[in-house]
Amino acid sequence: MTQEHDKVDGGRRSFIGAAAGLTAATVAPGLILHTVEAAPRSEAVTDKVRWGMLIDTAKCADGCSACVDACDKENGLDLQVKPHGASEAMWDRQRAVWIRKVQVQDNLTGRVTNLPMLCQHCERPPCVDVCPTGASFKRADGIVMVDRHTCIGCRYCMMACPYKARSFIHQVVEEKLTATPRGKGCVESCNLCVQRRDNGETSTACADACAAAGHHAILFGDLKDPNGALSKALASAASRQVREDLNLNTGVRYSSL
Amino acid sequence: MKRIVYREWRIQPERYWGLLAILGAVAGIAGLAVLFMEHEGHWVTGMTNEVVWGMPHVFAVFLIVAASGALNVASIGTVFGRTAYKPLGRLSGLLALALLIGGLLVLVLDLGRPERLIVAATTYNFRSIFAWNIYLYTGFVVIVVAYLWALADRKGGPYSKTVGYAAFVWRLLLTMGTGSIFGFIVARQAYDTAILPPMFIIMSFAYGLAVFILVLMFAYDQDKRPLGDVMLGKLKNLLGVFIAAVLLMTLMYHLTKLYGAKNLGVESFILVNGGIYTALFWVGWVLVGCLAPLGIVYHPVLGKDRNWIAAAAAMVILGGFAAVYVIIIGGQSFPLQMFPGSTILASGFHDGVNGVPASYVPSIPEILLGLGGVSVALIITAVGVRVLQFLPESLADPVVDPHLAT
Repeated sequence: MTQEHDKVDGGRRSFIGAAAGLTAATVAPGLILHTVEAAPRSEAVTDKVRWGMLIDTAKCADGCSACVDACDKENGLDLQVKPHGASEAMWDRQRAVWIRKVQVQDNLTGRVTNLPMLCQHCERPPCVDVCPTGASFKRADGIVMVDRHTCIGCRYCMMACPYKARSFIHQVVEEKLTATPRGKGCVESCNLCVQRRDNGETSTACADACAAAGHHAILFGDLKDPNGALSKALASAASRQVREDLNLNTGVRYSSL
Repeated sequence: MKRIVYREWRIQPERYWGLLAILGAVAGIAGLAVLFMEHEGHWVTGMTNEVVWGMPHVFAVFLIVAASGALNVASIGTVFGRTAYKPLGRLSGLLALALLIGGLLVLVLDLGRPERLIVAATTYNFRSIFAWNIYLYTGFVVIVVAYLWALADRKGGPYSKTVGYAAFVWRLLLTMGTGSIFGFIVARQAYDTAILPPMFIIMSFAYGLAVFILVLMFAYDQDKRPLGDVMLGKLKNLLGVFIAAVLLMTLMYHLTKLYGAKNLGVESFILVNGGIYTALFWVGWVLVGCLAPLGIVYHPVLGKDRNWIAAAAAMVILGGFAAVYVIIIGGQSFPLQMFPGSTILASGFHDGVNGVPASYVPSIPEILLGLGGVSVALIITAVGVRVLQFLPESLADPVVDPHLAT
């Protein structure tokens, strides 16, 4: 009896072996593939890069809104719906805007300049300083953004931003994109298409759209890469920061302003 | 000074419960307004991406500032050793607590995500004045409760001086913290000045005392307790000094801003051509809030009339609301000066096109929320004086001033 019990069941063993092999053969490629796909996201963001922009206002065309439209589409802001019962005028002041066109005229000379205004991604951002919970934060790569899980909706960052770059979500969000989760009661702003950064893409929606429209007014890149197009452009032409008196060392610079 | 006897507020039950019912109804309606705003989102308010802080913040800041000021009466007795003020210490502490809780409630219920308060209580960024304020406010509550115990309990007597000093220092820090919320904002032209924290302290002296005087007069009148001219005279004279100090700080604030060319825009907005904000500044802040009550309290005849003293205190409160409104709403309404020396001709995000300020019309739910905070503060005060011995049985002249006793 005992001997019979101790006898190895060869058929069963080979079945288990075959099943394990088959399972491994089925699952492993998926696992490996998954690992390969996740590679850029699994690496921590480093301060070896600092993302920034140079906006040549001379190339920014009057009446063109390609950057604004592209940003709205990229981040799902075009999915915003005016709440039932809200007036057009109020909704226009309450909907979220991450990038807008501004037309400025010099009071003395009368010179008119067109430019896109967005979060300037300061090195020392006032919005990050004032945020009580640390929800407003700066990534190692210079991107200033809001952690939507810890934002309590106090709007102090909106009080503190010198560029009016931030928007408060005033209404229930019915539709949103997976890459840009949005929710009522939190603050948000341009994050330099952070989903593209994490996917290893090289540009932002606004810069791409500006180029596609033939203007090439927005140059996105790494401020720390001395051989990059952005650094070379900044080195060759005069540029300035908006409100440079605040010494925020903005990541977004303007030329011909 | 005679031994002071404290007694619960013994007005008739019908009037007491009637008062609570009215205040409770206001607080209840405010609760419904909060549910409505939180359910719908802030689009139902008058707040926008330009004016991000609205009426709730006006009420909250006024109440918080007045809270620290209300504690002053106790400090004058304990820290500055003025015996005449000592009988008022308990009410002063209670009122400070009540006003602070009312103000904080309004502030918290206006958050975009009030249910995340636990995040604010557990996750801190210590570069934020808001984060400091969370400690300053909770610390204030703890210290004032300890202060009340030291003032009211026989065993607390030896500690009252120490706790009183701590409370005094803490209340100064608290109001500075509140003023710093605005003073440290470098982005906006109406703020960004170190004079705001001390100005808020001086304002708190006046607003807190005005609230204290009205509550004291009402409580004593309803309960038919004697409140002598000596006590009231001291309080109204002190109010006069504080009002004069508010005027001085207001003058200094605007002179500081006016001196350099860079803030001429915001100054002409507030002082000359800002519409509602200019009106509220001159008529509300300066005339009703300062000059008129100053004239009343130092007037040889009116200054002795109780109705006029009460009117002066009420005017200081109204003027205080106007001042806080001008600071908070006016300061945001003036467009951010991103391009000094230039005019914005067009913008996709209302950047003060052609210098036009941002509009703000407070909505009814916002106002109800603010009034709810006031109601909660008054409920706490009413219940406090009813169930505990906060009010001296008599503040008649011989009790307050021993020289008159003979």
